[in-house]
Amino acid sequence: MRFKLHVWRQSGPNAKGAMEAHDVDGITPEMSFLEMIDLLNEKLLADGKEPIAFEHDCREGICGACSMVIDGVPHSPERAVTTCQVHMRSFQDGDDIHVEPFRAKAFPVLKDLVVDRDAFDRIIQAGGYVSVNTGGTPDANEIQIPKVAAESAMDAAACIGCGACVAACPNASAMLFTAAKIAHLGQLPQGQVERGARARAMVEQMDAEGFGNCTNHYECMDACPKEIHVEWIARMNRDYLKASLTAKD
Amino acid sequence: MQLDAKIPDGPIAEKWDRHRREMKLVNPANKRKFKVIIVGTGLAGASAAASMAELGYDVEAFTFHDSPRRAHSIAAQGGINAAKNYPNDGDSIWRLFYDTVKGGDFRAREANVHRLAQVSNNIIDQCVAQGVPFAREYGGLLANRSFGGAQVSRTFYARGQTGQQLLLGAYQALSRQIHLGKVTMRTREEMLDVVVSDGRARGIVTRNLVTGEVVSRAADAVVLATGGYSNVFFLSTNAKACNVTATYRAYKRGAGFANPCFTQIHPTGIPPSGDHVSKTTLMSESLRNDGRVWTPTKAGDTRPANQIPEADRDYYLERRYPSFGNLVPRDVASRAAKERCDAGHGVGPGGRGVFLDFRDAIQRVGRDAVAARYGNLFDMYHHITDSNPYETPMVIYPAPHYTMGGLWVDYNLMSSIPGLHVIGEANFSDHGSNRLGASALMQGLADGYFVLPYTIGDFLARAGNSGVAADAACFTEVEAEVNARTATLLAVNGKRSPDSFHAELGRLMWDKCGMSRTREGLEEALRRIPEIRAAFWSDVSIPGSGADLNQTLEKAGRVADFLEFAELMCRDALDREESCGGHFREEYKTEEGEALRRDDDFCFGSVWEYQGDDAPPALNKEHFTFEHVPLSTRSYK
Repeated sequence: MRFKLHVWRQSGPNAKGAMEAHDVDGITPEMSFLEMIDLLNEKLLADGKEPIAFEHDCREGICGACSMVIDGVPHSPERAVTTCQVHMRSFQDGDDIHVEPFRAKAFPVLKDLVVDRDAFDRIIQAGGYVSVNTGGTPDANEIQIPKVAAESAMDAAACIGCGACVAACPNASAMLFTAAKIAHLGQLPQGQVERGARARAMVEQMDAEGFGNCTNHYECMDACPKEIHVEWIARMNRDYLKASLTAKD
Repeated sequence: MQLDAKIPDGPIAEKWDRHRREMKLVNPANKRKFKVIIVGTGLAGASAAASMAELGYDVEAFTFHDSPRRAHSIAAQGGINAAKNYPNDGDSIWRLFYDTVKGGDFRAREANVHRLAQVSNNIIDQCVAQGVPFAREYGGLLANRSFGGAQVSRTFYARGQTGQQLLLGAYQALSRQIHLGKVTMRTREEMLDVVVSDGRARGIVTRNLVTGEVVSRAADAVVLATGGYSNVFFLSTNAKACNVTATYRAYKRGAGFANPCFTQIHPTGIPPSGDHVSKTTLMSESLRNDGRVWTPTKAGDTRPANQIPEADRDYYLERRYPSFGNLVPRDVASRAAKERCDAGHGVGPGGRGVFLDFRDAIQRVGRDAVAARYGNLFDMYHHITDSNPYETPMVIYPAPHYTMGGLWVDYNLMSSIPGLHVIGEANFSDHGSNRLGASALMQGLADGYFVLPYTIGDFLARAGNSGVAADAACFTEVEAEVNARTATLLAVNGKRSPDSFHAELGRLMWDKCGMSRTREGLEEALRRIPEIRAAFWSDVSIPGSGADLNQTLEKAGRVADFLEFAELMCRDALDREESCGGHFREEYKTEEGEALRRDDDFCFGSVWEYQGDDAPPALNKEHFTFEHVPLSTRSYK
């Protein structure tokens, strides 16, 4: 198979970027999308040019490092996958393929397809946890949790923190990411004590980072490789509102 | 090199408690005066950083990723062991200890393993308190499943994403300490060397991966939690960035490297579909709970799996190992798969694969029940191979996975360099020559949450502050060396990519130092590795500069270290003239083809000591004694 790849190149955080076209040849349908870029990078390197910088690590869809937009869709037009899980058999021989970084004000480009997603870490740091120290915890089976609640919490906890939701949203909103963590902990008994404070702190941090708000496009859910559901956003809004109205501070 | 394991006196079940009583403590008000550097923020590093910050130490944590949540611990699928005995099937701390020593083929330190089994239960309590969404039964209590090498169900799990959920638990605990200002978190900063002076670790030298800046970081103690080195094989189940640099650099500064040849080949990887493949994807061992492994009885049978009748199927694990069946430990399962493929019974590309079949499980419990247990793994397999495991059996083949070898540590998890501690996969301590499934998560979190936070206090209380600042001569010298090395790499200006050298090395290592090893093969590898290394240093190409984000430069530095480390690994494999666990020497096997351990001559850990680039390393030995789990031939028949 052969393709014409149009890739965003940007030499540094403050540099002006542009799309750059490359012909890639000798691709097989079994190759993953990233292996296709590996091959192109080998070619660039052989020509003495700088390879395309991109983030990747586990290459099995769980680490959340991939941060590419393929043909206008974060990760890929395929549903429920990260870029590393996309294979070239999903494309037609001869296709033009456009590759850009995740774009959002809160995700500045560092180089080529690499973006800075520290804002997500700061949202978790603001309150995405249960405040227990190591040691002194009760026996694990002293906390009984209905299977349905545990499974539902796991659905929300499956978020890999990649940021596709932000890149897909016309408002560059991080509400799906933030809501997923709030829903994970908020559905478990362990998360009740700080439920309101957590929702407030995380939402406020999310706003401070420059992410937009939700206007119900649901593009985030469509782009999410783990199919995190937008219903968590409604839940977050309820938790946030309730906490804001009843807060003592 | 003096190797004192510092194993506490007393009966094995009381050693840890006694040791905790006897350790010196640091006064709560003084803890903040001690700075601890932690390199790596996976399960071991993140849990250690959070726990030590909670205690009051001044913690500075480093990851080369953009976030601690990306560490490769996240990819662990199957589960975490603990001796809770919730299923009431006869488990106990003693049994977990026994299984782990035996599973490791008697090449681990009994006292460490017993402590691991003891604290395993605390880990589950801790993780549940953090909100880790473990699988549960309808009554609301925790669910368990069974795993290889054990006859009890002691594995806790969160679907097929246990590593992810445990890591997020530790990451969240760490995030809380960052928020409280107790941990300084440095992301995209890679450790390139450790600084040792006057016999004590004083800090590290790092490179900021975005700006290229090389920086000295001083501390009173340094902790390496930098994972394993399976990527020496190029193709492994490890994430692409996993590397040996931190532990190998520490080795070159005087830390003993123990048992580098003990590598685990996991039986259930997805076989590579061609030369382009950049990594191997693992299918969780948990699949062997319900999947049956088989090959065609007739060699060269090319019929599609579903057209091969029952009579022509050889369920070789059930045949050879009736009491453990498909749940034999990983080393045994891997070798058995290789044996079948070598004999011409393999399936899939190049005949290097065996079937993992869920037909009977789907008939027995239904498709939905199978999907509930393994749905995400089935989807992952389907994505990669374009073949649906609900309808046709998976094709699997062994793949490099975990490394039991690592930096030598004493009972306190301190390396042979005072002040340099090593936790998680990066150390050698608990798994001997073969790790049992669901034990890596257990060890990483045991070290980070429940062992190191105690033992490091004892070191700091005794040794006091380091008193060496980051502008001291010992730091500037190492900084200059790091800068010189980067400059040398950039100046080679050759034609080949770092990856091409890495792949060449990996093929050689898989061939000569992989699932089976021979004297001839290892000697050949020891001749070839220096040739590849010389070619690397004369022909590697690294476009761009060292002053910004340069992923080729990062890779080149890691490959350069693999090219030296591989030699140490082969040397160790050559020296160990026996077969044990994941280390299988063709010369040492029983008539039935099982591993032949030689306890009289090799019941020790091989601890290698660096002697300079032009001299062979010195071999030191830590002899293991087995007072509680008597030395015996492992049998899973």
